[in-house]
Amino acid sequence: MMEVPLFLRGILVITGKNMRLYYTKPPVLMFGLLFPLFMFFAFFVGRHLDLTTFFPAFLAMMLFFTASSVGPLITPWEKREKTYERLLSYPVTQDSIILGDVAAGAIFGIGISLLVWIASVFFVSVTVMNIGLFILAFILGTLSCATLGVLLAAPASNSPPNVMIFSNLIRFPLIFISGIFVPLEQMQGWALALAYCSPLTYLVDLFNAAMSGTSVFSPLADCGILIGVSAGFILAARVIQKRNMMKGM
Amino acid sequence: MNAIEAGHLVKRFGAVTALNDVSLTVTEGKIFGFLGPNGAGKTTTIRLLTGVLTPDAGTVHINGIDIHRHPLDAKMQMGVIPESSTVYGDLSAEQNLQLSGKMYGMPRALRDERIDELLSRLGLSEKRRNPVQTFSKGMKQRVSIACAIIHRPRVLFLDEPTSGLDVQSRRLVIETIHHMNEQGSTIFLTTHNIEEANTLCQTVCIINKGKIVAQDSPERLKKMFDTTQSVEVSFDRTVTQDLFVAEGILRAEPCGDKWRLYTDNPDRVLKYIVRRAERESIGITSLTTSGPSLEEAFVQITECA
Repeated sequence: MMEVPLFLRGILVITGKNMRLYYTKPPVLMFGLLFPLFMFFAFFVGRHLDLTTFFPAFLAMMLFFTASSVGPLITPWEKREKTYERLLSYPVTQDSIILGDVAAGAIFGIGISLLVWIASVFFVSVTVMNIGLFILAFILGTLSCATLGVLLAAPASNSPPNVMIFSNLIRFPLIFISGIFVPLEQMQGWALALAYCSPLTYLVDLFNAAMSGTSVFSPLADCGILIGVSAGFILAARVIQKRNMMKGM
Repeated sequence: MNAIEAGHLVKRFGAVTALNDVSLTVTEGKIFGFLGPNGAGKTTTIRLLTGVLTPDAGTVHINGIDIHRHPLDAKMQMGVIPESSTVYGDLSAEQNLQLSGKMYGMPRALRDERIDELLSRLGLSEKRRNPVQTFSKGMKQRVSIACAIIHRPRVLFLDEPTSGLDVQSRRLVIETIHHMNEQGSTIFLTTHNIEEANTLCQTVCIINKGKIVAQDSPERLKKMFDTTQSVEVSFDRTVTQDLFVAEGILRAEPCGDKWRLYTDNPDRVLKYIVRRAERESIGITSLTTSGPSLEEAFVQITECA
């Protein structure tokens, strides 16, 4: 019975530790902050696009990059520095470590994306049609992206550069097939089939629903898929980490 | 009461069986030494006992709590000092200790009090706000130890705590182990340093090739496996091995500027050396006797297994 408060406290302390140690690490700043901004400049600026139309997609991309950039770094970094073993010897479980990593990624994603959104309000005429859905999109978006980040770090590796390369190999293709640069309505055939497989598609769609009131899927379906995907990523990360424990980390 | 109880632990890594049916018990309040050659399974055992690894079979109880059923409750009872000093280099010594204290749910005031006490005891007060990555290996190990004992654990696991440390740091670590034991903590210590195990531990367990091959007090282990004693002698000039051909001397080995003579009758050997040195007009500069060593016992046990 004493284990539940201990479990929750473990998540809280690990989240705090991650925020303090990893938010300012160069790979997080590079792939979580600078990269989405570069992508924005590369694809949106100077191309006479309607920024108001594309802003929900840009916000989803920002959220995706920021929230999924912390998770891949933490575990390999700690394994390399050999602090992971000490962490496991504290009164925490592997589940508390996974959830602490997810929380740190999610808070980073929400913080930075909110700042970007607030700053954008001054330059782009962005409207939010449904504030409740907008908040929900933020929460579910950060959750699904942060869990993806943690899943990407789950395979046994103590090399942060290798894991960051692997995570970018997964993350970059996703932004091209998720309705960010090409709206979902204009996609056909294989491109559309691939878009359906990307969780980012549903986040973009949810932001569209919240900000412009138009969406391809029902917001309820978007929310359900994002919740399901988050749960799936956490469970997969859990299974892989447990298997690592059996193999000797 | 037993502080640590491990029953029939088995751990395999692929085709390699790292631990094969290992069972051990450590009585509360004792210092337990866990010895073995490289690759014998010491670190794997400590990782299983501390819940860092999951066994393929077997059970572990810490103060009666099953670590695999109630890992958090069991881990609250223990402090762990892993093989290499595993502290966060970006954080200061004080911040590392604050983090450890939070992990164990210690209130702020108690954390602050214990941090002051530990940093002072371990000679780190002056550098408490410096990042640990600027510390020497010995200082990092002291921070690591402080992190493990901040909550005054009932069971303390140490994996090669003095390996590669300078004399001062080593002494501080040994003092801390003694201090924790005096405060009532049970100590589980893996070490390569046989002398350390001999002087620190009430019980010594030897593991080889993933199996426990001996477990007893250091004195009884020494007597059980080796009745040979030795005499160490040095002279004021160089002598040859011929000098030591005599009844009672089993073998003679050069040992630095001394000779070590193995015997089962040291009294006879001492008298022989004094007589012979007098006859040959050789000055004796030092002469000491020593009993059977744990190192000899260790070598015999691990070679036999």
